[in-house]
Amino acid sequence: MNITEKILAKASGKKAVQPGEIVDANVDMVMVHDLTGPLAVEAFKKIGIQKVWDNKKVVVILDHQVPAESVKAAELHKTMRQFAKDQNLRIYDVGKGGICHQVMPEKGHVTPGTVIVGADSHTCTYGAFGAFATGIGSTEAAAVFATGKIWFKVPPTIKINVKGNFQNYVTPKDLILSIIGKMGVDGAIYKSTEFTGPTIKKMCIAGRMTLCNMAVEMGAKNGIIEPDEITSKFLEGRVKSLPNFEALKSDKDAVYERTVEFDVSKMEPQVACPSSVDNVKPVSEIGNIPIEQAFIGSCTNGRIEDLRLAAEVLKGKHVKDGVRALIIPASQEVYRQALNEGLLEIFTDAGAIVCGSACGPCLGGHIGLLAAGESCVSTSNRNFIGRMGSTQSSVYLASPATVAASAITGKLTDPTTLETKA
Amino acid sequence: MNSKIKAPAIKFGNNIDTDVILPGKYLILVDPCELAKHALESIDTTFPDKAKKGIIIIGGKNFGCGSSREQAPLALKYSGVKCVVAESFARIFFRNAINIGLPVIECKGISTAVETGDELAVDFEAGKIENISNGKKFQVQKLPPFILEILADGGLIENLRRRMNKK
Repeated sequence: MNITEKILAKASGKKAVQPGEIVDANVDMVMVHDLTGPLAVEAFKKIGIQKVWDNKKVVVILDHQVPAESVKAAELHKTMRQFAKDQNLRIYDVGKGGICHQVMPEKGHVTPGTVIVGADSHTCTYGAFGAFATGIGSTEAAAVFATGKIWFKVPPTIKINVKGNFQNYVTPKDLILSIIGKMGVDGAIYKSTEFTGPTIKKMCIAGRMTLCNMAVEMGAKNGIIEPDEITSKFLEGRVKSLPNFEALKSDKDAVYERTVEFDVSKMEPQVACPSSVDNVKPVSEIGNIPIEQAFIGSCTNGRIEDLRLAAEVLKGKHVKDGVRALIIPASQEVYRQALNEGLLEIFTDAGAIVCGSACGPCLGGHIGLLAAGESCVSTSNRNFIGRMGSTQSSVYLASPATVAASAITGKLTDPTTLETKA
Repeated sequence: MNSKIKAPAIKFGNNIDTDVILPGKYLILVDPCELAKHALESIDTTFPDKAKKGIIIIGGKNFGCGSSREQAPLALKYSGVKCVVAESFARIFFRNAINIGLPVIECKGISTAVETGDELAVDFEAGKIENISNGKKFQVQKLPPFILEILADGGLIENLRRRMNKK
């Protein structure tokens, strides 16, 4: 079996499982946030039972509309605070956490080999730690609150084998955009995607999280990477104990639906053009695309490694007049680290605005929205029509280095060209 | 819920995402009837009006891709959508629709066999779809019995209540 099959077999009390088989799995952790939680609470109340199945396994994170931008959002937050209090749940409120997918692993809620579901499609991020993690809806989250179980059809797995060393200013974000560009937005629909190969084995946790985060953008049920020393280095001191990683390695004779090979050694910075995540081109081939907004943040690219890279590009430079640059550290922990390292000073000196840890403009519900005719280059994960505001606005997805370089020039810019000019 | 549905079709293309079905800025709304007013407005502002009398959506590949927002299928259901038949679905949307009692059927070839305005007859329990306007018929793989039970009960919560009370 491969790692996904091993985790699902264990969670459903079976010796082995096969793709296509429907299993009833025990859930180790369930997460809801401020936009999916209230519907889950309403549904849970309708079931007619008093307490969640295990209050240590339900986490509430307020991250989408924070701090509340409207009375309606404030009411949603109030609902979630009350539910967390009544059920004695762990809640990460404004200023105490950040984006759910950063907070979950940071605060020790993600353990390799476990089954994690979250009422957010980017829950697949935790596959970076060797967990089986996938997004569900609010009603299903309520059912998990009640029973601690969920059904899954065991997915066939696509192996994505990556080799080569990244060139300067080419990042895991460029890799995943390139993968989605090749696979298509429905290229892994209903399937598991397992990232492996020498490039992945050397990759830091932040990069692995970026890859697994965007697995859902090709339709995948989960993205996953075998846990190793890099995983344990991040999780030590955060989780109570770590399992034996040997039991989580894909067997040599594990079955894959197919294997896709990528070599990053000659890869250039990539961009996903409006309004589909698979509309991917090298930045060098894109021509003159002026931008009004540059956004560095989100559950895809708001980590300290991303901010360091952006700061390296922005240091001593200025965000072009007519461009607003928004920088949002993914969590309070990342914010604090960026503060300690002097990165926030570099950003503010460059004329960027640093906002509090939250989802920000990514889903067009809170701050940094776009007017008709405007374009934003963003490190986030979706560029659908109207995603960040007006249905007549455009979103281009790229790496923190590309977004930072574009903020300086006021148009989509390959960061490697900026470097040579400097 | 009756498994037999008869209604006119409204057809959409491939990769209809959840931001198009219901934009993020409306996720702070809690009343499903309010959500319904904005269903699919990004690509057709008149959709809620057209759907009011009861319609079946025909989708292409990867219908409902993107976010896990259950508000997307809720907005469709409360706008008057009786069922969605598509070439393929994004998995979270597929589960969400079933969980809120909106039948969804995967049917290869449907998008070329139906035009907007065609009258359709769907029996999701039997896996039968008929385009009454042009006589084309499809037999698709039936949904597993436990999923049909969820739909018959009108959604996952109702299904769970019934099962938990039995115990």
